[in-house]
Amino acid sequence: MKVKLNINGQQREADVEPRKTLLDTLREDFLLVGSHAGCEHGVCGACTVLIDGEASRSCLMFAVQADGYEITTIEGLAPAPGELSVVQDAFCETHGLQCGYCTPGMILAGHALLERNDSPTREDIVEAISGNICRCTGYGQIVEAIEFAADRLRKANTPRGGRS
Amino acid sequence: MSSGAHLKFVSSNRRVREDRRFVAGQGRYVADVALEGLLHVAVLPSQHPAARIVSINTAEAMKMPGVHYVLTGEELAKATEPLMNGLDTPNVRRFPLAVGQVRYAGEWVVAVVAESRAQAEDAAEKVKVEYEPLPYVIDSEEAYSPSSPPVHAEHGSNLLLDKTFVWGEVDKHFAESPRHLSFRVVWGRNSTVPIETFGVAAKWDPWREILDVWASIQMPKFADQIARSLRIPLNNVRVHNDVDVGGSYGVKRGIKQSVIVSHLARRLGRPVRLIEDRLDNMRAGDAHGPDRMFDVEVAFNDDGIVKSMKMRALDNVGAYAGRSPFQLGKPIGAIVGPYKIQSVKYHAVAVTSNKAAQEAVRGFGQAPTNYAIETAIDKVAAAVGLDRIEVRRRNFIRAEEFPYLIPSGTHYDSGDYHAVVAKVLAHADYEGLMRERDELRASGLCAGIGISACLEPSGGNSAFEPLLNEKNTTSTWMESCRINVDGLGFVTATIHTPSSGQGHETLAATVIGEVLQIDPDQIRIVRPDTLSSLPSNSPVGSRMAIMLGGAAFHAAQKLKAKIVRLAAHQFGCAENDVVYEGGTVSNAASKKKLTWAEHVTIAHRNFHLLPEGMEPGLEVTHVMQVPTGTQLPKDGRVQMYPCHSFEFHLVLVAFDPEIGKPTIRRYVIGHDCGTVINPRIVKGMTLGGIAHGIGASLLEEFVYDSEGQMLTQSFMDYLLPSSHEVPHVEIVHHCTPSPFTVFGQKGSGESGYLGAPAAISGAINDAVAPLGISFAKLPIRIAAVSDAIAAAKDENKNKEKA
Repeated sequence: MKVKLNINGQQREADVEPRKTLLDTLREDFLLVGSHAGCEHGVCGACTVLIDGEASRSCLMFAVQADGYEITTIEGLAPAPGELSVVQDAFCETHGLQCGYCTPGMILAGHALLERNDSPTREDIVEAISGNICRCTGYGQIVEAIEFAADRLRKANTPRGGRS
Repeated sequence: MSSGAHLKFVSSNRRVREDRRFVAGQGRYVADVALEGLLHVAVLPSQHPAARIVSINTAEAMKMPGVHYVLTGEELAKATEPLMNGLDTPNVRRFPLAVGQVRYAGEWVVAVVAESRAQAEDAAEKVKVEYEPLPYVIDSEEAYSPSSPPVHAEHGSNLLLDKTFVWGEVDKHFAESPRHLSFRVVWGRNSTVPIETFGVAAKWDPWREILDVWASIQMPKFADQIARSLRIPLNNVRVHNDVDVGGSYGVKRGIKQSVIVSHLARRLGRPVRLIEDRLDNMRAGDAHGPDRMFDVEVAFNDDGIVKSMKMRALDNVGAYAGRSPFQLGKPIGAIVGPYKIQSVKYHAVAVTSNKAAQEAVRGFGQAPTNYAIETAIDKVAAAVGLDRIEVRRRNFIRAEEFPYLIPSGTHYDSGDYHAVVAKVLAHADYEGLMRERDELRASGLCAGIGISACLEPSGGNSAFEPLLNEKNTTSTWMESCRINVDGLGFVTATIHTPSSGQGHETLAATVIGEVLQIDPDQIRIVRPDTLSSLPSNSPVGSRMAIMLGGAAFHAAQKLKAKIVRLAAHQFGCAENDVVYEGGTVSNAASKKKLTWAEHVTIAHRNFHLLPEGMEPGLEVTHVMQVPTGTQLPKDGRVQMYPCHSFEFHLVLVAFDPEIGKPTIRRYVIGHDCGTVINPRIVKGMTLGGIAHGIGASLLEEFVYDSEGQMLTQSFMDYLLPSSHEVPHVEIVHHCTPSPFTVFGQKGSGESGYLGAPAAISGAINDAVAPLGISFAKLPIRIAAVSDAIAAAKDENKNKEKA
């Protein structure tokens, strides 16, 4: 069946089976392959996207359920080709990743946190990323990245609230 | 060369160049490789741990929408050679799909190919397989018993390896020692479980006779194994090394998956892809880790000095062999840990059982072995009534004793274990930590301190192969690098393996930049496919800082030497009379200078200006042999890996005795991996290794029930540490350069993981020691802790009543 989805600020259309997950639809129909399949049963968080700004599992949602929401994928975070958002750049600064597979989900989870709380405590950060499993880093440099991004965002002299 | 301030890029706190593409979601993993006309595979698993396949009916499946083919094990076995065994066990035959018999629950029986994965899964459900159940064996000791039903009848028993080594005068040392103790510990079957499952895509071009393969792979000699299995020349196989691998830590070795899709791609004339789903991966990705039981006996004196050790390691490798039994061999290179144990008797046993097949896991058997050794040291300390750290210090090899030859034939390169421990204790305030533990205990909690000291052998040769298999004569495990300076003066260098997060592009660029004195960020790093590659053995055995770093270093030195020779020729002076600085070569006497651009012009355009015999262009290659490990084993002894990093863990754990959920309140690790090439990469590996060790010691296990079914098949049952379980970790650095490597670097790819399980186990056992109980099996799950404490309390009450 036909779905109309608002992805990264653009209206996109596809013809999908009702049983097709949002994750598979993003990857296969829209070639947004930055969202990854990890467990496909809602535990690991590699498939995380933002649905109306909330970090959500795209493997637990059918594409046909996503109609009418604002969907943001990792591809929607970079302000321009070759240019990184503050959170993305912070992950580079602290090396908050290794293999990169959980990274898009981690960054979106961190981004969603910082959108609602620009002064998170360590506990806030740990809680915000606790639904995203990373097997490489042990989370230390991910927490540092989000702390670093928060600091930079607080000090930035730009209005916030929209996409960074 | 030792570490030092003279290094400009090496050891400096630079960004990791790979990170940019990953944070933007622009990694290119195997599932992202777009191939026109791609078909998808789903596999049908066996429900039985052991059964004869009576019949397979594929008729209904073939009629399902979108289905192209249903492949059985019988057809595949006729078309291919069995997969490689590490040991000399020709009758333990392994095919990608079961042939005639299934040997573990979950084993793949047929592969269905369809237009989409969903259609292939739908059709797989329609395949009818009739089974006749057979006797099976799950337990390790039962499998070791000659009366157990052999998993491979043709092999005759479940014994793959049963080899005893005696290094030194074990009997004499035991007889001389006033005290002995013995114990058993068990390392539960877990694995690295990367978030990306294994995946592979293959495409056959009959006109060019090329099989293209894209895979999520970390496997030495991967292309060779595909070619052998498919019986095609190796130069018909082109594996694309530029696929990003979403985590591996040893296990991404999907040879059976790759043979299935390669065969299907040739058979169907269409590109074919198999991406495991999580269930495929957990139960039959053949990626479980060691499943090992240790019986240890040590001989020591009243001062806690351990003179000799007897260790029997029994590993349950599952239904097929592969390389997994070698995981009993690698730890021989550090079998005494950081201690001066004078003699060792090591009995290594590998048995088959009706569990899933094992694969290499981070450390290749070293983490379980370290857990056994460290448990022994803790027990010796308790027996003689000394502090556990003091006993370790008394037994440590001293800094001035390196290179130190251990009884099993390996020279440890360098180290200063006492210095690292002193630094950690000062940093952590050990006395304060003990007070904190006692205060926690006084408040009604269980609290304990855990300690472990261990080595990370690094630089991976493969000396355990000939050690355990006399027919194997492997004595090289090379790694390579090629550097080309193009006609406009830009530098491009190659690496010849995929990476799974280790930052190899950063490593190679940093080293080349250091030698050539140019900005590493200006150097392009590429990964040629295997047909264009130099020899490589992939990032195993904690080897790439040493081996890729070494190959890049030597290649860059050759390039520099060529530039120097070229310039000296222009100046008409001796090569010794010029100075290379930042790409410019000068001669002080004549005040002549030649810039980088001028070298490039001469090398690429002015043959008439080249010294006699010099090839035009600026291109060099270096194929590097592993330092030190150049000989085959002799008398059961061999030089295993060249370098030995050291780590010392100090952990404080506390938990409520009713709930039993351990909280790690403090985690300090002292780490010495010699000269660090990129501090951010090494830090990440160490922290990640500790997280993995927390999983192995507290959460993760592939549990089989008595019916041979695996109970922990999803992330709901097989628990991975989240950010809540992994504490803030404090790293205390120390640097003892290795004398065997170009910058003094050692490996760090397995750091943290090799000592964390021992330390956490030690902490929990310290916490429950006042109750008179201990845990001798990993993982120590929450339920096991609270149950054991409740039982101990009941017993104490009963004793009081009596």
